[in-house]
Order: sequence, then structure tokens, then C-alpha cells
Amino acid sequence: MEKTWNNKAWFLVLPVLVLVAFSAVIPLMTVVNYSVQDTFGNNVFFWAGTEWFEELLASDRFWEAMVRNLIFSFIILAIEVPLGIFIALNMPKKGWGVPVCLVLMALPLLIPWNVVGTIWQVFGRNDIGLLGYYVNALGIDYNYVQDPIDAWVTVIVMDVWHWTSLVVLLCYAGLVSIPDAFYQAAKIDGASRWAVFRYIQLPKMQRVLLIAVLLRFMDSFMIYTEPFVVTGGGPGNSTTFLSIDLVKTALGQFDLGPAAAMSLVYFLIILLLSWVFYTVMTNYDAER
Amino acid sequence: MARIEVNHIRHSYLPNPKKDSDFALKEVHHTFEDGGAYALLGPSGCGKTTLLNIISGLLHPSHGQLLFNGSDVTRLSTQERNIAQVFQFPVIYDTMTVYDNLAFPLRNRRVPEADVDRKVRETLDMIDLAAMANRKARRLTADQKQKISLGRGLVRSDVNAILFDEPLTVIDPHMKWVLRSQLKQLHRRFGYTMVYVTHDQTEALTFADRVVVMYDGEIVQIGTPAELFERPRHTFVGYFIGSPGMNVLPVALEGRTAMLGAQRIELPGVPKAEAGAVELGIRPEYVRLGREGMTVQVSKVEDVGRHKVVRANLEGKEIAAVIGEDDEVPSEPKVRFDPAGINIYADSWRVEMGA
Repeated sequence: MEKTWNNKAWFLVLPVLVLVAFSAVIPLMTVVNYSVQDTFGNNVFFWAGTEWFEELLASDRFWEAMVRNLIFSFIILAIEVPLGIFIALNMPKKGWGVPVCLVLMALPLLIPWNVVGTIWQVFGRNDIGLLGYYVNALGIDYNYVQDPIDAWVTVIVMDVWHWTSLVVLLCYAGLVSIPDAFYQAAKIDGASRWAVFRYIQLPKMQRVLLIAVLLRFMDSFMIYTEPFVVTGGGPGNSTTFLSIDLVKTALGQFDLGPAAAMSLVYFLIILLLSWVFYTVMTNYDAER
Repeated sequence: MARIEVNHIRHSYLPNPKKDSDFALKEVHHTFEDGGAYALLGPSGCGKTTLLNIISGLLHPSHGQLLFNGSDVTRLSTQERNIAQVFQFPVIYDTMTVYDNLAFPLRNRRVPEADVDRKVRETLDMIDLAAMANRKARRLTADQKQKISLGRGLVRSDVNAILFDEPLTVIDPHMKWVLRSQLKQLHRRFGYTMVYVTHDQTEALTFADRVVVMYDGEIVQIGTPAELFERPRHTFVGYFIGSPGMNVLPVALEGRTAMLGAQRIELPGVPKAEAGAVELGIRPEYVRLGREGMTVQVSKVEDVGRHKVVRANLEGKEIAAVIGEDDEVPSEPKVRFDPAGINIYADSWRVEMGA
């Protein structure tokens, strides 16, 4: 078929381009600008070239935050995905239980992130916090302010509490889309509970699970607010993840050059990961 | 293979059924003989699928008993009943190959792998998918997928019965015909007890030895295709089977004569009708259009290929008649009813005629 070429269509996307330019491209360019210069205030800038990038990539502090962040993402994925699937499988499929469960599941997702942080900050305190107090009363020494392990446990439990719902809701959506005939056929074929999960439910959830993993990985890799409110990155640097480290550098120490360099590296990592996930997902679709 | 007795089974989807209308199955009492090919025929919502699911154990009936070869299986699970069932829309296991899909019901029952291989290859040949054995099942077309579903129903040879729930809905007309004849062949070869649910009369009549016609949660007639055609037990069967359906006309009886308005129709016998609304049923194939008989006004002639359907008005009632492809409608059309095709109904149920 003959295609009609008409470049006027570009005018239709122009408003969006302008919006994106002001909201993303221009700010990003100022960051690029900072990352290659040094300043001592008064708007006086000196050319620094790749100095900040070299410094960053050679610094232990950056790599430690990176490793911490990757471990954190790995742990929360390892907990939230199986737990989410498990809960979704056990949620009612019909009756009054459905709206009740859905609302309960959606609640944590509706709470602002800094409020989630505050809730757990108070909840875990061993003087007035419900959780902290009773855990200590049971004879377990728990103090997230001083003990790095306790701090990690708190941050992970908080994230699981906050975000497992997302995995649950996505999996549930996948599950309810399976027609009854599949379960009936499985019964006729004599499939075990495990076989039903393995050959019917899991394949139908594959797509939503991929999205869930992608979203949870990105979010946890960029996590800032909740651990910042609860632990402030401490004790020591034990819960200082990439974004917390970035904010410390940029606003705490006001080292704009190194912070800008770090932002760009961070940005590139996210871009790379998004591309990987996107490719995997589109290939997966093409295969179907 | 088994003889399946449906013993006064009633089923309701409501928790506390009270009225008759609360029941999806009002009361079904029927025996499916071992090795029979049955079709359950009826309009949507008449309870065919409910009955089928009760036989397979996907549903447990509210009342009544189900016997396989004389032993009570009413409370047994689907697995324990050892039934194969094919559904209306293709159900395939996406991640498996065609081969594994067919092997699945066997492997779940721990059949030795050598037997699995033999049975699966046989079935693949039967459904004509041998060339695709190692393809991923999800990349197949809808009718190929449905063939896999059929194959999974046929792969086990020791089943008590094979149930089909409108299995050819998604299949192309041509393929439908091929598959149906294959099923029929299989039935002859292996003597499976087969129950085939459909709302398509052609499908039912070509597949089955005995057709069970259901209407509004009840079985209204069980018979061979010829019996259903010649002697419908209920006016519904008359309407539902045949194209166009039977003409049903309200009449008054006077011994051997039926009065239709001012017209007198001689009957082949004296109907044993008690009180109630009396109707005369006659298939369009037995209505003779010609120059003698009762005067009609022809409203429409439909040419349906091998014959023509004449729609006419007789004493204010719509009737249909079938005439040959080359026959013409006379200028002053009259109709006669062939006595061999006349049935008399009282309150919609057929009554016998005495001499």
C-alpha cells in the first residue's frame, strides 16, 4: 500500500517535546554542565573535564553504596515476588472477600512514602514503638539505631510491607484472567496442585510477573525516602543506598560536581537496566 | 467404558432452591448405555452443560445419584471417576509442546513412559498433528489448539466415558465435518461411551445414535434421529429439530377429525387426548402444496438450495411447507396434510392415536 508522507504530524507532538525539554532535557543538561566543572561559589566555574567521573569510579564509597543497593534489591525481590504470588494464589476469587482483600492490599500502596518511613521509624523504636518494645520484651536485642543488621531488617521488612501488595495485585490480575475451563480441564487431566500452578497459573502470570519484577527492581534501586526517614542511612553508612549517598554528596556536602557526575552514572545505570528489561519483554512478546 | 445411570438428579446453583424454577436441572433420570454415542441437544441455558459437568464430577448434584456400572460415584471427584472431557474453547498448556500436552493426562496418572509414547503417537496421528509434535502448543491456530484438546480427551483408553461440551464451536465448517466423522469412527472402533453436548441439530443428528433433547432443565425426548423427526414427543422438539421446524396449529378434536377454524382435517386415528390445549403438529415436509385441500395465502417463498420453503397463511396461522427445487407455487394454492406426518399434542405433549 502507498504510504502518505505528511510532516505536519510533527506539530502535533511539538507540545510534548517542549514539555519534556523543560522538565527533563534542560535540567539534565545542567547536571551535565555541573559534572564537568568545579565551582567555589559566586557562579565562578572551572573546567574539570572527566575528573569527577574518574574520582567517582575509583571511590570505595560509591561502590559500597552500589553493592549495598544491589543486595537490598535482590533481597526484597527474593521475598516480595514469591510472597506476592503466594498471597495472590490464596486470595478469594469471588464473593465478599474480593473487595475486602483488594482494599486491604491497596492500603499500603496509598500511603505517602515519607509517612511509611515515619510509621516504621516509630513502630520500631524500642522505647515507644509497638514492635521495637515487644521484640525487646521477648528477650531479643533489637535496636535499629545502633545495630546495622537490625537496621537492614527494619528497612527490608518495611519495604516488604509497603510493596508486596503491588506484586499481589499484579499477580491477582493475571490469575483472575484464567478461564474456569483451564482448571476444569486440569481436573479432568488429573493434574496435581503443583502441576496446576506450574503449567497453568505460572505461565498466565509470567507477563505480569515480569512487569512486577521490573517495577520493584527499579523502585528499590532508586529507594530513598523510607530508609532516609527511618535510619538516615545509618548506623554508620550501613543503610546508605545510592540515592541517599547522592543526596548526602549534593546537598549535605554541597559538592555539586561529584554529585552531578554520580547522578549521570546513576542515570546511565537506570537507562541500561530499563533497556535490558524492555528488550527482554518485547522479545518475550514476539516469541508468543 | 461404563454404563452411566443418572438417577433422579436435580441440580440448582442457588444455595437454597425452593421453586422448580430455581433448578438448572429439574429432574433427569436416564441411563447412558455402555458404548453408546449420545448427543445432548437443546438451546442455550437448558441444562446440557450442567448435566455434563455432573457426569464428569466438576459439579456435584443437589439431589439424586450417579452410577457408573452400578456403583455410586455421586460424591467421587473427577479424578476418581476417570472421565475425559473436551470443552467448548481450546484449553492447552501454553508452555508445553504439542506432544507434552497430550502426554500430560497420562503422565499425571503415572503411566509408564513407553506406553505414554505409544498412546501419544497414536493420538497425534488420529488428530493429524504428528508433524507438529515438537512445536510449542501456544503458537498453533485455534482449531489446531482445539484438536489438542480433543486429543487429550482421546489419549486415555481406559476412561469410563468421553464427554464433549460443544467441542467444535471454534472450528471451521469444513474441519467440523472431518472431525465429527473422525469421532464417529473412533466410537465405532473403540466403543467408547460418548456424550456430546451441542445446540446444533445437524451435529447431534450426524454424531449420535441416540439424541437426548433437553428443554428448560428437563429431558423432553430421547430417540434416534428418525424418531425425533417423525414423532416429536413435545412440541419443543418439533420446533427445535428440523429446518424449518414443525408447524404447530391449535385445533379442536371431533373423533377422527381435527377442526382448524373452519377446516376439517382427517386424522389417521382417534387421538387419546383428555382435556387441555390440543395442537396439531405437522412437519413442513408433510405439507403438500397443490390445487386441492385447504386454501392458503402464500406470503413468501425462500429458496434454500435443494428445496424451497413456502411460508403461507392458513386460517390466520403461519405455516411452512417444503416443495421441490423445481416445483412452482400454483396460482390458487391449497394445502393438504399427509396423514403419516400428523401428530396430536395435548398441553404440548404428544398423544397416541387409536384406530
